[in-house]
Amino acid sequence: MSKKFLSTLRYIFPLILFSLLFITATTVCATTEAAAPVEAGTQHAWWYWPLILLILSFVLGVFAVMAGVGGGVLYVPIVSGFLPFHLDFVRGAGLIVALAGALAAGPGLLKKGMADLRLAIPMALIASTCAIIGAMIGLALPTNIVQTLLGATILGIVVIMIKAKKSEYPEVPKPDALSQSLRIMGVYHEPTLNKDVNWQIHRTPIGLGLFVIIGVMAGMFGLGAGWANVPVLNLLLGAPIKISVATSKFLLSITDTSAAWIYLNNGAVLPLMVVPSVVGIMLGSFIGVKVLAITKPAVIRILVIAVLGIAGLKALLKGLGIG
Amino acid sequence: MANQATEEQLLYANILNKGMLVGLLGLIVTFIIYGAGILEPKIPLEQVQNYWVMPVSDYLQLSGIHAGWAWLGNLGYGDMLNFLPIAFLSLLTIVCYLAILPGLMRKKDTAYVVLVIIEVVVLVVAASGLLGSGGH
Repeated sequence: MSKKFLSTLRYIFPLILFSLLFITATTVCATTEAAAPVEAGTQHAWWYWPLILLILSFVLGVFAVMAGVGGGVLYVPIVSGFLPFHLDFVRGAGLIVALAGALAAGPGLLKKGMADLRLAIPMALIASTCAIIGAMIGLALPTNIVQTLLGATILGIVVIMIKAKKSEYPEVPKPDALSQSLRIMGVYHEPTLNKDVNWQIHRTPIGLGLFVIIGVMAGMFGLGAGWANVPVLNLLLGAPIKISVATSKFLLSITDTSAAWIYLNNGAVLPLMVVPSVVGIMLGSFIGVKVLAITKPAVIRILVIAVLGIAGLKALLKGLGIG
Repeated sequence: MANQATEEQLLYANILNKGMLVGLLGLIVTFIIYGAGILEPKIPLEQVQNYWVMPVSDYLQLSGIHAGWAWLGNLGYGDMLNFLPIAFLSLLTIVCYLAILPGLMRKKDTAYVVLVIIEVVVLVVAASGLLGSGGH
């Protein structure tokens, strides 16, 4: 294959994926409007919506890996914005999707020493406790308020994705007293530098405070919270970016567990939605890793930001009764 | 080459790995049983789309489904059977935390022993349904 062809493919592939997502979304949108409220005479076969969910989740899984975001943050706004499912069930499914992804990634990240248990445990305790509160608030509030807040949050995430910098090896001149007493520090091998990197953290109490907000939002919107975990761990606490990303992914397995139980115990988890979503997003993630090698992640990232922006705006307008 | 994965971290990873594989396999198998109609569902498959468009409180009221752990007494139904692997995956973190506790105690890592115990309590309370069940 010529270099020119490969280079063209790197740009074309994301556009094909985006077109697939756009076609799925618009087809589904048209069908949704025709089908809501569901009348006995206009019902689809039982497998119709689960199949659409499987395909959409698959595409989201591919996108999520390539854009470096969790599946939950794409799943909840897009599925609740464009498919006929009520937000309660979408948030329940979103949490199980994020949980399954985190559980699948966790063992490898822990074994490699990239996700750090000592860093995760204190943060997870705060986040998981607050995720319970967030889930209870989310299920108690009227849907239009949750939808409006979700839209505003998604638009905020878009801004974070555009603006947030990352620091490969942040400068931590002196660890704070709390992180020292908890012995949160480590060393990992960086293959690109072929050397061992020592790391430590600072500003731990502020970080723990921010995990209160992160936990509440994760539970309330069923989003997962990698978009917030990583900047806090990396930019505020000063953990290297690789440790931050891996620990964030592992953290989700604990944060989302507590919130998932609240949704599960409140009846907001439907297997007919959850299983196609989990299978779709996992297969998509698997393919996404392979496709990553032949595409431009920057192009994908721009597309994901655009799609999230549209989904966030739709959620906001829907919540305000305009969309 | 440094590998900072501690004894607890490796133990946690091994349990998580096995549990996750069992849970995901269970999710697929029970869904096949449900979708293929091998076990009759509590809510007929064709009717589920009537419920997922409404708030969870309306769904529970109209479908007669009981929230919380009621599914455990209805495992003979295809749809309720699917909650078994979902609950299993949601319980994995508690199992992993309990598994690393003895190692931390042996090392007299008091701060982390306390943090792990509190986390287990938090997750058990969330799972128990004590914090309310039944939607809005």
